[in-house]
Amino acid sequence: MDLYHVSASPHTRDKATTGRIMADVAIALIPASAFGVYYFGLNALVILCVSVLTCVLTEYLYEKWMKKEQTPYECSALVTGLLLGMNLPAGVPLWIPVIGGIFAILVVKQLYGGLGHNFMNPALAARCFLLICFAARMTDFEVTALADSGASSDTAYLLLNGAAGVDGISGATPLAVLKEGGTPDLADMFFGWTGGTIGETSALMILIGAAYLLIRRVISIRIPLTYILTVVVFALCFGGRGADVSYLLGQVLGGGLLLGAFFMATDYVTSPITPAGQIVFGVLLGVFTGIFRIFGGSAEGVSYAIIFCNLLVPLIEKATMPAAFGCKRRRKR
Amino acid sequence: MNKYVERVYNGVIKENPTFVLMLGMCPTLAVTTSAMNGIGMGLTTAAVLIMSNMLISMLRRMIPDKVRMPAFIVVVASFVTIVQFLLQAYLPELNESLGIYIPLIVVNCIILGRAEAYASKNPVVLSILDGLGMGLGFTAGLTLIGAVRELLGSGSIFGLQVMPDSYEPLTIFILAPGAFFVLAMLTAIQNKLKLKSATNGEGAQEGERLACGGGCAQCVGRVCEANHDRLNAATADSNGKKEEQK
Repeated sequence: MDLYHVSASPHTRDKATTGRIMADVAIALIPASAFGVYYFGLNALVILCVSVLTCVLTEYLYEKWMKKEQTPYECSALVTGLLLGMNLPAGVPLWIPVIGGIFAILVVKQLYGGLGHNFMNPALAARCFLLICFAARMTDFEVTALADSGASSDTAYLLLNGAAGVDGISGATPLAVLKEGGTPDLADMFFGWTGGTIGETSALMILIGAAYLLIRRVISIRIPLTYILTVVVFALCFGGRGADVSYLLGQVLGGGLLLGAFFMATDYVTSPITPAGQIVFGVLLGVFTGIFRIFGGSAEGVSYAIIFCNLLVPLIEKATMPAAFGCKRRRKR
Repeated sequence: MNKYVERVYNGVIKENPTFVLMLGMCPTLAVTTSAMNGIGMGLTTAAVLIMSNMLISMLRRMIPDKVRMPAFIVVVASFVTIVQFLLQAYLPELNESLGIYIPLIVVNCIILGRAEAYASKNPVVLSILDGLGMGLGFTAGLTLIGAVRELLGSGSIFGLQVMPDSYEPLTIFILAPGAFFVLAMLTAIQNKLKLKSATNGEGAQEGERLACGGGCAQCVGRVCEANHDRLNAATADSNGKKEEQK
């Protein structure tokens, strides 16, 4: 027996359900992951599949054993798995997505009460978990070029390693190049011909997916826009390169900023619900990402910034909750 | 159960300082990076606890109530100083790896807590046994946490390699977050063993304690609703008995 939902008026009917929203997010992720598979080859496809399967299976088994309601059609585990896979380098061994998926669903999501109760984004928490555990494997983006690979069969090698296998990818990601004072090719970064995790390289494909989400009104532009703008302003002020357009654009296009801003910072559960709060959240994300990228030890800081700001969300919501119509805003006591 | 045995049992199982009372979390989380550190910290604390319990119990009629806290601290600090000198002399390596956490035993909640709650009100032998039980419980807790963290975080236990060479250690477990994960998991496991959950169990036996009262939305229409009624009946029953005793 389900409990009846009792709530005060006004009431509105909407077709939006968790399942539909999550399915939309999954659809929006297709271009970026398809590009990842094309660029990094079958290795990437296998990692994405393993990650998704682990997440869905972990959720199924947990709900079964704990005698909770089964929620496979909410697709939330699927999206978590897909995002986690897209945040891994294409060369990791298959047990890494398995460990990450189990951690994301079991520890971060289900132990806190399942969807809607997780206090940080499961996919990103799992990525940070893996990053701390296996730092070397998680930051190894190198792909050996076909000519140097010594592969017995060219076709098989290219099938496995994708388009990236033709010329190979050097170990340095665009962000690492930027950090060392160089300037990566912006066109390559926009289309995605650079090193990085499976889903983050192509800005174009991510923007296509983001546009779909924006048109479908699944996400609002507030968080991604304020996030990205803040990163640009922060890089302008503290990056040490002044108004160098290629540097600023490099900061935006490089690394996981676009993927994080559109798909992970906008996660309903772990972002503020108030419009003002979303803007504050976006600015905070930008500031922390800037601090981690420019003053931190590693070149990338999007994941840590997002999961850290996830923790601040209850405070942001408390501070920005609007007064109900007709009520005065409560004064400080 | 004999009241002397009961004290030790109480410390190790029933009111285990680590998993039940959740006291002394600072050393619990900070030094348990390996099983050896855990057992070292646990035994050091146990030694101080037994001796301070003994002395405070002896002095319990002499210490004025208003200055009992400073008095306890002086007693505990003296024993900690002795123990630290002993460690420096005979176990320098352990002393090195425990570092600042040895002097910090002075303000360990378990030691002050037992002094306040037990030793200052009870006879000497019982207080010593209380210290022994609590100390062993703390040692067991810390060693267990340390062993799990060491196993996952570096593939060994007590420095002995137990995982195969191909095992890649989950480094996070010997870092700070791992301490929280392991503590939480072990606490959950011992809660599971000790308390039947009304939400998930097939139905608790008469009079058993339940972890969940069965009153939440998840429980509606499930087996635990029956458990809920049974739990209410049992609670009412035991409350009635308590009042009778009064």
